[in-house]
Amino acid sequence: MIKVHGLVKKYGEFEAVKGIDLDVREGEVFGFLGPNGAGKSTTISILCTLLKPTAGDVEVAGLDVVKHPDAVRHRIGLIFQDPSLDDQLTARENLEFHGFIYGLPAAVRKERIAEVLEMVGLADRAKSQVKTFSGGMKRRLEIARGVMHHPEVLVLDEPTLGLDPQTRNHIWEYLHDLRKREGITLFMTTHYMDEAEFSDRIAIIDQGKIVAQGTPDELKAQVGGDVVTITADDAEALAEEVDRAFHVAAQVYGSQVRIEVPDSATFVPRLVRELSAPVKSLTLSRPSLDDVFLKLTGHAIRDEAAGQLDQWRNMAQMWGGRRQR
Amino acid sequence: MTEQTLGTQVAERRAPEAGTLVASLRAVYIIWYRDLLRFTRDRFRVLVSLVQPLLYLVIFGTGLSSSLGGGGGGAFGGAGLDYKQFLYGGVIGMTILFTSIFSAMSIVWDREFGFLKEILVAPINRSAVAVGKTLGGATQAMIQGGILLLLAPIAGVKLTVLSVLELIPLMFITAFALTAVGVALASRMRSMQGFQGMMNFLMMPMFFLSGALFPLAGLPAWMTVLTRIDPLAYGIDPIRRVILGGSGVPSQVTDKLAITVSGQPLSILEEASIVLVFGLVMLGLAIYNFRARD
Repeated sequence: MIKVHGLVKKYGEFEAVKGIDLDVREGEVFGFLGPNGAGKSTTISILCTLLKPTAGDVEVAGLDVVKHPDAVRHRIGLIFQDPSLDDQLTARENLEFHGFIYGLPAAVRKERIAEVLEMVGLADRAKSQVKTFSGGMKRRLEIARGVMHHPEVLVLDEPTLGLDPQTRNHIWEYLHDLRKREGITLFMTTHYMDEAEFSDRIAIIDQGKIVAQGTPDELKAQVGGDVVTITADDAEALAEEVDRAFHVAAQVYGSQVRIEVPDSATFVPRLVRELSAPVKSLTLSRPSLDDVFLKLTGHAIRDEAAGQLDQWRNMAQMWGGRRQR
Repeated sequence: MTEQTLGTQVAERRAPEAGTLVASLRAVYIIWYRDLLRFTRDRFRVLVSLVQPLLYLVIFGTGLSSSLGGGGGGAFGGAGLDYKQFLYGGVIGMTILFTSIFSAMSIVWDREFGFLKEILVAPINRSAVAVGKTLGGATQAMIQGGILLLLAPIAGVKLTVLSVLELIPLMFITAFALTAVGVALASRMRSMQGFQGMMNFLMMPMFFLSGALFPLAGLPAWMTVLTRIDPLAYGIDPIRRVILGGSGVPSQVTDKLAITVSGQPLSILEEASIVLVFGLVMLGLAIYNFRARD
């Protein structure tokens, strides 16, 4: 659905994207992760034809973004990082504008507006001015607008940035529901690692390069194994025994013993069978995407909303881009 | 498959691709319509923007009219022309100027608040965005100017049906040309901060040099040159001449106010053509600015 090959984008001397490849399949949720300034926004801008690539091929829905920008625009829906609604207008007027500008005939517009407002649960607020909406409602309206022209790919740039956890969950429900019903492909960026887990596949970009690509499980496997945490009255003795019997390094944190093993599925049953020291509880955890990120890039992805300054910088990059070429 | 969903799919396939004339016209229309919708929703702004012309007419006009000695002579033709009558056309021009530029500034506003992105990623021709914005701003400015026609009695002028019919196109091309200037500038502006500079270095000089407040005849040479390159001067003069002509002021008097080129006064049609051509050039620049992508 999205094919990127050897994509390079330079702003003057600065190389924001250094030759990346992406392959997003039809109907999947693809997570595009990376810290601020890694080249995410630039890549997204190129995918939605707002910027021209310096080099490389980019195909969206089977169409070259440089040769057929208008056809690509018809086939993608966008949900931006920053709100892009006219808050003087009502919810319905915003959708009318969108339908009109995407060339939907009046009858289809009417039908789709009713349909998408229903989908995001804003049907009863159709006639309210957007300025009266909460952040979550605005975001839902933007999602409704983004899918109104039945795009094949929905591109979401930090769709839940700055929203509270409850609203984030709601938004995700809508998105998953949408994907189930419409078979739409989702391409998204996010800072929230727990949201990235929802992706079928993930690409991690750092300093303009893709450092890893695969399913969340595949990426986590790169970290090397699972983490077994055992709570025991005599943690020291237990750690010694594990060391002796299984030849793995066991670390003791208070009453807990932490063991990293490559394959917990076969290790844990053996451990339980052969251990003589009493065990109070045993938990098994897989490495998180944060661990993956840390290992691959050597630094943590910032797990919080981008600061105001970063947002401004992103905007400046998007809009100032054309002058710098 | 029901008939209705079939209908939807057929319609979908027929969705016009950008670049066709129909798609561009639709885009121009909806961008224009949105501007008007916002305008009508903001009635407070419409009222507030009437305060300034009223202050000029009632206070500034009355004050200066008294100190000039009522139907006095001098530059006002010595033919019983009152300063307020003279000022009226200028105030209409001023209102059109300010409304045009302010409405064009909504592009910068849209950029800062994100809505411009919704327009720029849509499958429409960028030229249509520039045209729609220019027409939208021009329509707003014309409505504002049109409301001022109700103040004619305060200025002591009479409006005939004929003069109103002549004023409408004159006001529109003036509004169009000024909005085009605004759109061309706003499309390059990245933040609202640039706006203050534009106020001081463009709008105010344009206003003072336009002949809105004083006749452009008999000025020092350097200033005469500046007034001749002010597009607003060519917009206000015909408006004023139509208004005064309709009130029965003889053409010998109004001709003395006209912009002269080597001693000969320009006709209303010539002045209007200058404004229109200027507006079209500015629109071309605005389109160029919008089309320049990355």
